Amino acid sequence: MAEMVAAGEEPEILFWVGCAGSYDERAQKITRDICKILHHVGIKYAVLGTEESCTGDPAKRAGNEFLFQMQAMANIEVLNAYQVKKIVTGCPHCFNTIKNEYPGLGGSYEVIHHSQLIQQLINEGKLRAEGGESFKGRKITFHDPCYLGRANGVYEAPRAALEILDAELVEMKRCKSNGLCCGAGGAQMFKEPERGKKDINIERIEEALLTAPQIVAAGCPFCMTMLKDGVKLKDREQDVEVLDIAEITARANGL
Amino acid sequence: MISQLIFIFITLAAVALFSLNARKIWRNINLGHARDRSDRPAARWLTMLRVAFGQSKMATKPIPALLHFFVYAGFVIINIEVLEIVIDGISGSHRAFHGLGGFYSFLIGSFEILALTVWLSCVIFLIRRNVIRVRRFKGVEMTAWPKSDANLILVTEILLMSAFLIMNAADAKLQALGAGHYISAGSFPVSSWLQGILPATETSLVFIERFCWWFHIIGILAFLNYLPYSKHFHILLAFPNTYFSKLRPKGEFTNMESVKNEVKAMLDPSFTPPETAPGKFGAKDVTDLTWVNLLNAYTCTECGRCTAACPANITGKLLSPRKIMMDTRDRLEEVGRNIDKHGAGYEDGKALLDDYISREEIWACTTCNACTQACPVNIDPLEIIVELRRYAVMEESKSPASINAMFGNVENNGAPWKYSPADRLNWRDA
Repeated sequence: MAEMVAAGEEPEILFWVGCAGSYDERAQKITRDICKILHHVGIKYAVLGTEESCTGDPAKRAGNEFLFQMQAMANIEVLNAYQVKKIVTGCPHCFNTIKNEYPGLGGSYEVIHHSQLIQQLINEGKLRAEGGESFKGRKITFHDPCYLGRANGVYEAPRAALEILDAELVEMKRCKSNGLCCGAGGAQMFKEPERGKKDINIERIEEALLTAPQIVAAGCPFCMTMLKDGVKLKDREQDVEVLDIAEITARANGL
Repeated sequence: MISQLIFIFITLAAVALFSLNARKIWRNINLGHARDRSDRPAARWLTMLRVAFGQSKMATKPIPALLHFFVYAGFVIINIEVLEIVIDGISGSHRAFHGLGGFYSFLIGSFEILALTVWLSCVIFLIRRNVIRVRRFKGVEMTAWPKSDANLILVTEILLMSAFLIMNAADAKLQALGAGHYISAGSFPVSSWLQGILPATETSLVFIERFCWWFHIIGILAFLNYLPYSKHFHILLAFPNTYFSKLRPKGEFTNMESVKNEVKAMLDPSFTPPETAPGKFGAKDVTDLTWVNLLNAYTCTECGRCTAACPANITGKLLSPRKIMMDTRDRLEEVGRNIDKHGAGYEDGKALLDDYISREEIWACTTCNACTQACPVNIDPLEIIVELRRYAVMEESKSPASINAMFGNVENNGAPWKYSPADRLNWRDA
């Protein structure tokens, strides 16, 4: 972003990468694929790079409002300084926090999740599923991220990105507003679960496997970790892939 | 004349007792902090119409939804009959509305059909609770009292409907006999089936008709006074509760105003925060919650849909959103009783956190909003959980060690993991 501004350019959209997208090895792949999609359709975008910092989401969900607001206000200062208007995020948690909780602290932007961007591009005819891997007839089940689905009512965008593949979409019993959490939300990602009968991600992956999928599709880097671990623990890595909506889109377009 | 006076006395006493208890609940709810929910009245009315009146969120489970609808419609519509009973009771008339003629027959006929559907639904509900043993009716919080409360409500409704039908059967028989003031009025599509089991003599019939009439109205008044002690209070509070429910996206948590000023002062030394009385951050006890949270607690009818949808509960963790609501109400009732006994400001050394809700419960929540989505009357257990976490974190600095480590990383590295901020763009290089 800094470089763009220095060159006197203005991006159409700011890509908010998020901590997982920046540091987590698996999520970095998703980040790169989102960039490939943006590049492919010719959208001029920027990232904040080292000027980006945690949105404060995990701190807020865990009850540390101080830390959340410190992070939020610092980020808002940066975003406002660059006069950012539109943001696309690679993570539903960043999406929810910036979209819903930043306006009250002085940061109002148009915020979309990358699945919504993909849906828009498909609707505008700028993005198709051609020139890459064919997903025709492959069985895909989509796991709704809580902070995209229930938290913000976005159920159709990720499905639109899958429908264009001509694949066989199968829904889990608990889907959309009734979807089961992967177990990572509310700062659970950063701690051991409380004692119980089972880990939540195992409960979820068992349900996903009931649909006999070849691909479990995700839209959140934290869900990705939980689902991937679940598939691994169930020893199904050979025949079941866990892929982000962006990765599937990039693959389908040969990016 | 005597019976009219008795009737008036009982009715007034019942209404007075109810308003006394309802006022106490009103007072208890107002022990909560302020929360502005006066915005967007049109959207709020619409939410109430859809969710409470139209029971839109019940539809996810069609069979209970249908049965519940029968009981609900029966409750609302049959209460028109109560109006007639009250007029008859006060004035000494019999079937005061009979002048409506054909329409009266239509009304009584409909009430009878509704009474039958209520009766049948309640019987099925009893079977579901006690024989089929639906999973969500179990759980640690479903102790002896909540279970008896549910059964007591169902049995009472069955008895009230039975009395109504038997009364009509006796009345119809008396009408046929041309007895005294039993003018020919109403139609009896359901109770006519019961006529066969009733005696034939006029005196026995009058006794049965009067007995059922009194039983029905005293039963209703007693039930009214049972409501404030019962989970069944939802029949009244479901309406205001949905009206005042959260209209913002479920994922949006409140930005604490008290923190805002401190953080602003920290980031900008020239900013002087407005003078406010020092309060606590988050909630330790029910009085630290908002009145909306407390209204939620009194509205909960313990159906357990939240708990059945909760990922933590499903996988065997201690957390149960229904228990969060029941604990909040139980503690609030306790605080209320303390005020009644010892006056305002009495400290009993207990609190919602630890004495009712454990740390293990609040830290098991994934904040996934499955509970708020599942609640048919828009109760929000999640907000209470987060307020308790806020207290634990910001007032006591007591959070799980790994959560503390995450806080440290966010504070120092701008990420929840221990990575250097300088490496934030390294994803490009792979």
